[in-house]
Amino acid sequence: MEGLFFYAFSGFAVIGALALVAFKNPVSSAMSMVASFLGLAALFISLNAYFVGIIQILVYAGAIMVLFVFIIMLLDLKAEERKTKYNPLFLVGGVFIPLVFLIQLCGILPHVPNAEPEPLHLKESARYFYDQEKEASKEEQSEIHKSLSKGDLPDVNLIGLTMFGHKGDNETIKTPGYNFPLQIVGVLLLVATVGVVALSLRKKTTGEPEPGDPDSRPEP
Amino acid sequence: MASLQEYLFVSGLLFAIGLAGVLVRRNIIVIFMCLELMLSAANLTLVAFSRFNTGPDGLPDYNGQVLVFFIITVAAAEVAVGLAIIVALYRARQTVDVEDLTSMRG
Repeated sequence: MEGLFFYAFSGFAVIGALALVAFKNPVSSAMSMVASFLGLAALFISLNAYFVGIIQILVYAGAIMVLFVFIIMLLDLKAEERKTKYNPLFLVGGVFIPLVFLIQLCGILPHVPNAEPEPLHLKESARYFYDQEKEASKEEQSEIHKSLSKGDLPDVNLIGLTMFGHKGDNETIKTPGYNFPLQIVGVLLLVATVGVVALSLRKKTTGEPEPGDPDSRPEP
Repeated sequence: MASLQEYLFVSGLLFAIGLAGVLVRRNIIVIFMCLELMLSAANLTLVAFSRFNTGPDGLPDYNGQVLVFFIITVAAAEVAVGLAIIVALYRARQTVDVEDLTSMRG
């Protein structure tokens, strides 16, 4: 049954990706990108990565798709019309290079262990966590231990523990410590925000609208 | 459940389709969407390795999923900056066709 879902959702993702490349209209491309990302999110959830799957839906299929559609509508793009001369070299390269990549992939894949994933024994993991916490002489049981002993996989808490935990906190968590990278990413987001504002600011014109400005086109 | 090979193959297939789109398409916004698809395909590889690499506690290796989290954050920032550049480009040139943008051709 799970195998059936895997094939269904991976087919969904691949067909969405093909439609993204094939559609001429950019809005249709954006919609098929959403389909592809929803399929990918389902694959994440089938890999017990619930948090990543939900984030994929929220960020990619939600925010990023809206941004793309907004820009397409803002620029008022039409479906690209075929010009008389289209360099066929691009088409040959665009088919040939990914094909070479796929052949390389098929050459490497037989060397990957072709095992089913080990089923998650949550009760045993809970016992393991309990032992670790008893060694660290904590009075309260952690949220992770409680969820695990109930048979749930608390992957949000586990990702949080991996991201914010210190190396010595818990022997079960193999974390190199992500506090510093997290702050760097915060700075990156700040720089991106400032950069976007700086990019889209218009130079102060002296009343005369720029010729190429889509917002200042004369009304027909 | 499906095996690691199948997940890696789907991921590679999506990456190859995205690469083909980047090379074939001429609309710069569609090229950008194909780039996002390639990033997501790489995420699938990371999550698959995370799930198939269970530690001594019998849980997936969550370092891979933390990396996915960082990649999604960077991708969101990248989309914001990239689309701002595209809008600025459109203001300057009134086109999003990469074949019309030849001023840097040697």
